[in-house]
Amino acid sequence: MDSRRIEAIYGINGPVIYLKGKTGFKMSEMVHVGKEKLVGEVISLDKDVTTIQVYEETSGLKPGEEVEATGDAVSVTLAPGILNNIFDGIERPLEKIGESGGAFITRGVSVDSLDTAKLWDTHMTVAEGEFLHGGSIFAEVPETRAIVHKCMIPPQVEGTVVEVKPDGQYTINDTLLVLELPDGTKKEITMTQHWPIRVPRPVHKRYPASIPLVTGQRILDTMFPIAKGGTAAIPGGFGTGKTMTQHQIAKWSDADIIVYIGCGERGNEMTQVLEEFGELVDPKSGNPLMDRTTLIANTSNMPVAAREASIYTGLTLAEYYRDMGYDVAIMADSTSRWAEALRELSGRLEEMPAEEGFPAYLASRLSAFYERAGMMQTLNGETGSVSIIGAVSPQGGDFSEPVTQNTKRFVRCFWGLDKSLAYARHFPAIHWLTSYSEYLNDLSGWYSDNVSPKFLDYRNRIMSILSQENSLMEIVKLIGADVLPDDQKLTLEIAKVIRLGFLQQNAFHKDDTCVSMEKQFKMMDVILYLFKTCRKLIAMGMPMSILKSEGIFEKVIAIKYDVPNDNLQMLDMYKLDIDAYYNKIIEKNA
Amino acid sequence: MGIEYLGLSNINGPLVVLEGVQEAFFDEIVEFVVDGNIKKMGRIVELDNERAVIQVFEGTENMSLQNTHTKLTGHPMEVPVSADMLGRTFNGVGVPIDGLGSVMAEERRNVNGLPLNPVKREYPRNYIRTGISAIDGLTTLIRGQKLPIFSGNGLPHDQLAAQIVKQASLGDDSEEEFAIVFGAMGVKHDVAEFFRKTFEESGVSDHVCMFLNLANDPVVERLITPKVALTVAEYLAFECNMHILVILTDMTSFAEAMREVSSSRGEIPSRKGYPGYLYSELATIYERAGIVEDSLGSVTQLPILTMPNDDITHPIPDLTGYITEGQIVLDRNLHGQTIYPPISILPSLSRLMKDGIGAGYTRDDHQSLANQLFSAYAKVGEARNLASVIGEDELSPLDKKYLQFGVEFEKRYVGQGPTENRTIEQTLDLGWELLHLLPREELDRIDTKLLDIYYPSEEPLDAASFE
Repeated sequence: MDSRRIEAIYGINGPVIYLKGKTGFKMSEMVHVGKEKLVGEVISLDKDVTTIQVYEETSGLKPGEEVEATGDAVSVTLAPGILNNIFDGIERPLEKIGESGGAFITRGVSVDSLDTAKLWDTHMTVAEGEFLHGGSIFAEVPETRAIVHKCMIPPQVEGTVVEVKPDGQYTINDTLLVLELPDGTKKEITMTQHWPIRVPRPVHKRYPASIPLVTGQRILDTMFPIAKGGTAAIPGGFGTGKTMTQHQIAKWSDADIIVYIGCGERGNEMTQVLEEFGELVDPKSGNPLMDRTTLIANTSNMPVAAREASIYTGLTLAEYYRDMGYDVAIMADSTSRWAEALRELSGRLEEMPAEEGFPAYLASRLSAFYERAGMMQTLNGETGSVSIIGAVSPQGGDFSEPVTQNTKRFVRCFWGLDKSLAYARHFPAIHWLTSYSEYLNDLSGWYSDNVSPKFLDYRNRIMSILSQENSLMEIVKLIGADVLPDDQKLTLEIAKVIRLGFLQQNAFHKDDTCVSMEKQFKMMDVILYLFKTCRKLIAMGMPMSILKSEGIFEKVIAIKYDVPNDNLQMLDMYKLDIDAYYNKIIEKNA
Repeated sequence: MGIEYLGLSNINGPLVVLEGVQEAFFDEIVEFVVDGNIKKMGRIVELDNERAVIQVFEGTENMSLQNTHTKLTGHPMEVPVSADMLGRTFNGVGVPIDGLGSVMAEERRNVNGLPLNPVKREYPRNYIRTGISAIDGLTTLIRGQKLPIFSGNGLPHDQLAAQIVKQASLGDDSEEEFAIVFGAMGVKHDVAEFFRKTFEESGVSDHVCMFLNLANDPVVERLITPKVALTVAEYLAFECNMHILVILTDMTSFAEAMREVSSSRGEIPSRKGYPGYLYSELATIYERAGIVEDSLGSVTQLPILTMPNDDITHPIPDLTGYITEGQIVLDRNLHGQTIYPPISILPSLSRLMKDGIGAGYTRDDHQSLANQLFSAYAKVGEARNLASVIGEDELSPLDKKYLQFGVEFEKRYVGQGPTENRTIEQTLDLGWELLHLLPREELDRIDTKLLDIYYPSEEPLDAASFE
């Protein structure tokens, strides 16, 4: 084994410290810096200089203080206790830090990532004599009311079970199994695994995307769906609703596990998530949402190096649950803050900047991050997925900046938030003309099997009405709407129904906040039926002013509020109403 | 401690380099004595073994490579804090300048502060009534929020901040202790004087603690001023259980100072020459607002920043907007029409508003009403664009109604007197009154049940009936 390697600090510049000479430290190795044992990571090695980024405030460090290598890469502890918990960027539990250190986070706090004293009800699923591979499940622990934690053999280990503990209550560090490895040595296995955050966890193979991540948000599910195991970016200037959209997906999507990474965001927002998710009930399981959620909170005033790490910490936790066969969705809010942390550290290292001061490796880091998403066959043969939904905060709301542009290259779903929609309080302010989803074709099979064979056709018709509206608006801007022929006026009117009644969704309304695929489909059906009926009337020479006089448009717009989610038959009545409307108009004006 | 170093090896702008330093630590405060009589303070910003780069707060005038004695103090930047600081005036680094002697410190605190643990935060929910309709109705200020005013040179941001201070201090919870911490970075003498006079006139000056770094004061000092102010604010809020409103003006000068220092350190610039850590630095300031569990006090921040060239996409307002919980944007066009306060409604936003209003806080119709006003006003913009192309006469009757609504809204809802203090009911009722200018079917953001209460008649009123 390595003897303790200790070196002395030579220079300090913000979160970066330098050591002189050949140190024998390894790349990405975790180190303890100074008397307070601040956590740091080796980020570059040179025959003269070793550079270390420190995950905590460096004020007070002196040249000459000790830096001790730990021998391991910066890694996370994986075991029961991750869910319903909140961690900082390097997996330190904020709840525990709060208990010991008060309201403010002091430096050099040393606490275990997970509760080591808690006894978990453990059910062993293997017997003596079985041969286990890396990833094999050997025990089950009900971690929260909603989620069963499956304890797995670490990926590189395999061997024959020679000893098994009976079912019972164990801590995460108790030995549950003894394996005899192929080379004859014995290895004790506990619930706990350690995994370096920058290394993707191994899987068997990758499946193509075929199932949507149903979010209950109409503009996403119907217009621009994301697949389970897919990647999406939500770019938007401040105040356009990035965080709100992510909260909505975290609350209502049909993923099993949510990993919410608050990377360089507001402290109050994290508090809000904690409070709200503790109270809100998961519609699927009936348990509090926190039971399926873990939060990584690295607020904007916490040290910048830990902000850079927080994304990887969250990703590794997500991959761990994926390996158990769960569908995991990661909300990364915001990847721009992470990119800026890279820029800040790169500036401190005096690296040659590329575009807008960002380091040249920005694109490769982003691609490596998004490629860790996917629907996978895990080592134990289960199917699990990690979907990544990353918010992007472009500088000045300008999508041509490097982070948005590079992200666009690596995600297949782009939900562009629009300032003018947000100003008009049209939420979600996802603009239907700038957004896209490449998953639409991959998912078409699922939609026709599970919703309706007509689903995609309807979706495309809605989309085409919206794009027709856009080109008509160009004319309206120049000459006003009054001069348009009636059929074009009708297109504008229906587009308005779609915008207000379908695309706009009220997150604070109990029925409208989350809408099933069935209701989404039927709403489209009603809107298109209205369109068809009105077109017939227009063809008969009825002017738009008469068509609008009966208030049917307002009625259809209000479907989202008027039809409760548990009474979808009501939607069929609307078609009858539209027929009645048709007859009435004919009667009155024929 | 105790060792004095004679001479310096380099002086460059606000930075000096000292070599052969023993036992110095990062972020340590040092004291200089120049020519045996002038005292200055500095902070170690970079350490390279025995070579220290030091930022001099008071500027490097008169310093030479020979005439300076440097002493390490052995502690990071600290300020004495005490409840007696209210009613006093200090310079940018916390030294009294009102001639009343030094403050008896109850404690000395590191100005850098520490990040507040999100699990120990309490989510802000209590709204602060400012008596200004555009704020109370549409961008409600919440206790514990950080809500900056984005302004431009020559716009009445100071007047608006002063009005908020005056009117918010006379809130309903008058038994709770309320105080103001005022931090000025690089402001003009007149502005500082304006605030001092306002505080005096409204009778709150013994509840104000002022930190003044004026436009001709040393630039580096500015980097510390907001931190000093917030350290005092945190002490008063979380130890003395007071509700503190922190006004920081002007954040642009703070960022400019950072750029100046960064460039003299030869750092690699990122956007527009600002250092890469501009976001982190701004965040450590703004994030120091909030409410802590088990404490009765709160820190609410109202930073003012002047947008260079009125450009909201400039790095300073841009990064600020990503950290703060909304923004109040002032508009030169409205100011030109002599509408006060010239708050540009559409880009203004309060993120915490949704949880601090509605039944139990203000009134159940507040959120829907605000959404409707926003969306109607957005349509006013569209109608105006159209009118500028085809002429007002050619507009459809509905668009004409929107134009009329726009004018009334700006004049009566946004506009109000600099001393006018409206109750929340007045603000909300005014909103409904204005919505009556529009036909009922245009109000698509409001639940039909609410409409039946507040807009029962099917017929819209004519503007004539107001006059």
